[in-house]
Amino acid sequence: MSNCFRRFPPTITTIKLFNKSCEKYYLHNTSNFSQHPSVCYTTKQQQRPISHVAGINPFRLAIIGSGPAGFYTAQRVLKSCSFATVDMYEALPAPHGLVRYGVAPDHPEVKNAQNRFDEVARDPRYRFVGNVSIGTNLTINDLKAHHDAIVLSYGATEEKTLGIEFEDGAVLKNIFSAREFVGWYNGMPQYRNLMPDLTRSDTAVVIGHGNVGLDIARILLMDVDVLAKTDITEYALSVLRNSKIRNVVLLGRRGPLQVSFTAKELREMMNLPNVKFVTDSNFVNQEIKTHADLISKDRPLKRLMQIIEKGLINTIAINNQPEKSWTLKFLRTPIEFIPNSKTNPSYVQGLRLNVNRLEGPFEKRIAVPIGDVEELEASLVVKSLGYRSIPLEGVPFDHKRGLIPNVKGKILDEEGNELPGFYVSGWIKSGPSGVIAATMYDAFETAETILSDIDQKKPIIPSSGIGPKQGADAIIPLLKERGVRTVSYDDWKKVEEKENELGRQKGKPREKVVTTEQVLEILGN
Amino acid sequence: MLSLKQLLTYATKRPLIRNSQKSTPIIYRNIVPSRSISCRIPANFLVSPQRSIIQSQFFSCTAVNKHKEITPLKEGEGFKINIITREGDNHTIQANEGDSIMDITMAHDIDLECACEGSLACSTCHVIVDPKYYEKLEEPTDEENDMLDLAFGLTETSRLGCQIVMKPELDGITVTIPSATRNVRLEGSKLS
Repeated sequence: MSNCFRRFPPTITTIKLFNKSCEKYYLHNTSNFSQHPSVCYTTKQQQRPISHVAGINPFRLAIIGSGPAGFYTAQRVLKSCSFATVDMYEALPAPHGLVRYGVAPDHPEVKNAQNRFDEVARDPRYRFVGNVSIGTNLTINDLKAHHDAIVLSYGATEEKTLGIEFEDGAVLKNIFSAREFVGWYNGMPQYRNLMPDLTRSDTAVVIGHGNVGLDIARILLMDVDVLAKTDITEYALSVLRNSKIRNVVLLGRRGPLQVSFTAKELREMMNLPNVKFVTDSNFVNQEIKTHADLISKDRPLKRLMQIIEKGLINTIAINNQPEKSWTLKFLRTPIEFIPNSKTNPSYVQGLRLNVNRLEGPFEKRIAVPIGDVEELEASLVVKSLGYRSIPLEGVPFDHKRGLIPNVKGKILDEEGNELPGFYVSGWIKSGPSGVIAATMYDAFETAETILSDIDQKKPIIPSSGIGPKQGADAIIPLLKERGVRTVSYDDWKKVEEKENELGRQKGKPREKVVTTEQVLEILGN
Repeated sequence: MLSLKQLLTYATKRPLIRNSQKSTPIIYRNIVPSRSISCRIPANFLVSPQRSIIQSQFFSCTAVNKHKEITPLKEGEGFKINIITREGDNHTIQANEGDSIMDITMAHDIDLECACEGSLACSTCHVIVDPKYYEKLEEPTDEENDMLDLAFGLTETSRLGCQIVMKPELDGITVTIPSATRNVRLEGSKLS
């Protein structure tokens, strides 16, 4: 009896409040408040049939990854299905994925999304299980045994590569991937000790014409005192304070019409104080002129080109030359890294580049080497070529496209049949690109698929036999047995409080607690 | 003894309420009718009136005041706005002059994400405006246009919900929240 009562107590009440304005309320059964909150609420239209609620068994959803994709999926499922519970598993000790570790420190507005995630986490049917790595501490089979369905939203944990010697930075120092470099200044635990040396010369090269590349260039060039008021990690700030980097060159294999960055980030670069914009203005103007018709039909591209054109004019107009510069270099492909010496440790001193020309139709322009090779000096190289997802054992994966095969978020097996109870959301679903709005829509689509499957009573992950599934109630003890100290959302809020406190002392919004050890220390473990 | 109904009635009053049983004043934070409220009420509060709200560690009522507070209007006051939701439902709402669509949807629990909370750093609150009213809006700024460039299913009359502020000329405006379909730009038109 007690079991049944604990999961779904008999009192299901609907409370109407606030006269049309707010109709969402939670009631808790205090006897089991912490573990088994009961829920009753209504929303205006989206309440699922009440018969499901009375049907005792909750729908236990596991979400792997606590970035925006995971949270937006959770939000929609929890809001629209009163008997769903969400247990969210995260490898790192802190939630929020790229909102915490990817978004640039000088873009605090984007991080406001975290308030929404906090709100989702306040739902008593939501649980955060941090510091758990799927594949290391926990297998997919463990999750299958205790959940009715699983959403994979672990994003893109790897990066694309150039395929040339020394690019991993192991032999030649000061070559990093964007993920490493961004993770370093944003406080991702595994990149805490990256230690880039920004004092070797005044020039850095960023390979790639995307927003991540622009973020890195901006961080390298912007006024450190401005940066000091952001949530950038203190150790990164001290390295940047001593930085000798004055020029950042962004390399792209193709032309200005093929860039991946967007207007806001480009505008920010153009408006950076004391930083000059440099590019091959003849080539840029010629490209814009040649394709004027096509550009005019593509609103984002048109606006992007306008910003570049305006930047060219500003460059000429400036009288007192700024100390720093950023360069958009087109039609160049790196083919070799040049070391500074043959002895160890050896640092990168430059790159050898193929010079390209563009071929093919406008929609599918490709870069073809013309045979010329150039050298470019650089004491720091950051490769920002785009992210890449990797497969998870026991889950189908499309290696060619680098994502999990799916239809509207429902995972398909090798034969193209729906895999019962398996869903995918975010970058691992649609590929690693797009801003938070794109991920949000993507996550909502997956949530709708889950909800519609619930309504249609489609098959879920079959039960292994003994009683109803327990979700994280069964997983957390299992992890404890395996010696894993999990981090709950309450734990995280404690850590966050500490971060805020540390931040206040330094006049920053927060000072991130970076390593897992530090997190566990705060939590008294 | 307080009934649940009474308690909730108290909770809706603002801004100061005294507990009738105890002499200790209980300060409820100014409660804005919004979806950002989380109200946790222990069930045993109903059965054990001896336990005051103050003692109950489970009671917390937090109004997250991210958006501008809007004053509820009486029927017939203010300006009319029609909001068509993702599900296709039409909500007709009376709104004050000066309220943004973000404020209105939040206050009325209509699903419109505003991830950056109105700071022009995302395009999650993208709405499509009735062409008749689009012209009556002030021109979008560069910053808004930058974000609109990244919006799903951008149309000629697309705007960000946080930037549309109610004024007399907009009385009767209809805005549509685009439904969750994949972005064409991401699917193919992007030149990459």
